[in-house]
Amino acid sequence: MFPYGNRRHVDPVAGAPALELDLDSVSYPGAATLALQQVHLSVPVGARVALVGHNGAGKSTLLKAIAGLLPFSGRVRVCGRPIGACHHRVAYLPQHGEIDWRFPIDLRKLVLTGRYVHLGWLRRPAQQDHAICDALIARLGLAQMAGRQISQLSGGQQQRALLARALAQEAEVLLLDEPLIAVDAETRAVMAAVMDELRGRGRTLLVATHDVSGLAAEFDSAVFLSEGRVVPAAGGEAMQRLRTADGSAV
Amino acid sequence: MNWLLAPLQFTFMQTGLLAALLVGVTCAVLGVYVVLRRMAFIGDALAHTALPGVVVAYLYGWNLFVGALAAGLLTALGIGWISRRATVREDTAIGVLFTAMFALGILMLSSMRSYRDFTHILFGNILGVTRADLLLIAAMCALVLLVLALFHKELELTSFDPLHAQVMGLSPDLVRYGLLALLALMVVTGLKVAGVVLTSALLVTPAAAAAMLTNRLPRMMAIAALLAACSATAGLYASYYFSVAAGSAIVLTCALLFGAAWLYHSVWQAGAAR
Repeated sequence: MFPYGNRRHVDPVAGAPALELDLDSVSYPGAATLALQQVHLSVPVGARVALVGHNGAGKSTLLKAIAGLLPFSGRVRVCGRPIGACHHRVAYLPQHGEIDWRFPIDLRKLVLTGRYVHLGWLRRPAQQDHAICDALIARLGLAQMAGRQISQLSGGQQQRALLARALAQEAEVLLLDEPLIAVDAETRAVMAAVMDELRGRGRTLLVATHDVSGLAAEFDSAVFLSEGRVVPAAGGEAMQRLRTADGSAV
Repeated sequence: MNWLLAPLQFTFMQTGLLAALLVGVTCAVLGVYVVLRRMAFIGDALAHTALPGVVVAYLYGWNLFVGALAAGLLTALGIGWISRRATVREDTAIGVLFTAMFALGILMLSSMRSYRDFTHILFGNILGVTRADLLLIAAMCALVLLVLALFHKELELTSFDPLHAQVMGLSPDLVRYGLLALLALMVVTGLKVAGVVLTSALLVTPAAAAAMLTNRLPRMMAIAALLAACSATAGLYASYYFSVAAGSAIVLTCALLFGAAWLYHSVWQAGAAR
């Protein structure tokens, strides 16, 4: 009942992929229809994978299921362990509208909440946690705005702040839901550089996007979704394919 | 200076002022979460639903505070349970339970054929606060403030980003139930000061005024507490000098300060827009 308080740090299974998905179905609570069906993927450690599809295709649903936000039937393994075995290994960057930006906290505090998974109940952030967050804020070019209330940031700055929070979590798997939608050129450049750094450090990225223009340059592979199912790539994108659980190409 | 000290010659005024300050400040700090989480209606509901608990406790000879608290907690849990899956919206659940519980209280009162014994529950009786009441109020306020301080980071996070909390294994529902329980406790504690009808104003009005004066959470809590303390003092003095109901005077002072904050905010915004 209180997994947040357990401060669980279970070691990953040696040699296990970053993500193993054998999802039979995912649905929203109270919904009559299934939001996702038959998604079987294995994502190796350090891969940068795009989830591609139009609005409503199931990209966000898949990320939410992996993040433990939606009930599903099937099996999900993160670094060989079930969801929730070690919460700090998965960071989730939500879409912009899922946060109350008018809430009276500043950017520094928002980023600091990324450290809470390492603290649990009753423990307050230590100096080291603040130092980690300050370094990330500076890395993402937000040092000047660290004291600003979060609604006073531009859309791009808010997105960079959320990425800083996800990085503060020091997760192995990052789930990013449309991180580059409606952001400025500076944000796009900073986030692309950070994603490159993450790959260099062996982090695994699963990124929802509906922009197919830069797929080959920015990702190792892509998974195409339509109406809640994995579908073959349309338009002949020259992308490396992930293998499915049964060994066939996606 | 004499006019400031004169009311405090009376023990009932000293006790009343302390009770009003304790309840006002604690409600204001807790109320910041109520306002920011858009739960203003719930304070009102919890206050009204204490009535059947009080009546039942009276009928069976139990402690009235315990009866009110039990009814408040039951309502808080009921609201949380009915609206937990979003099948019924929270405001709808509050509307249904609050009116049903209050109607039950009135029904039980009417069957007893006496309204007189419960007027202090309906409208408060701050000048009737005894030393024992004050000790209970102080203990409850200390408990609520302690819990708020201990779980500040969890309350804060689940207020603005429940999804992030859930991803890290922190249940927003669990925190919400905890907050509802604290609200029930505080509303029941505040009944003696402002009564069923007005207690929710102490939760909402100072916090709403503070929210217009700052966009930082700790500062918002401090300003809300200060406004509540000013309202408690001014309201009690007004009741002494003008012979008006103390609870109403306190709540009206809160409303006046809210009006001033709204005016300041509007003028400041107009200036910033130019």
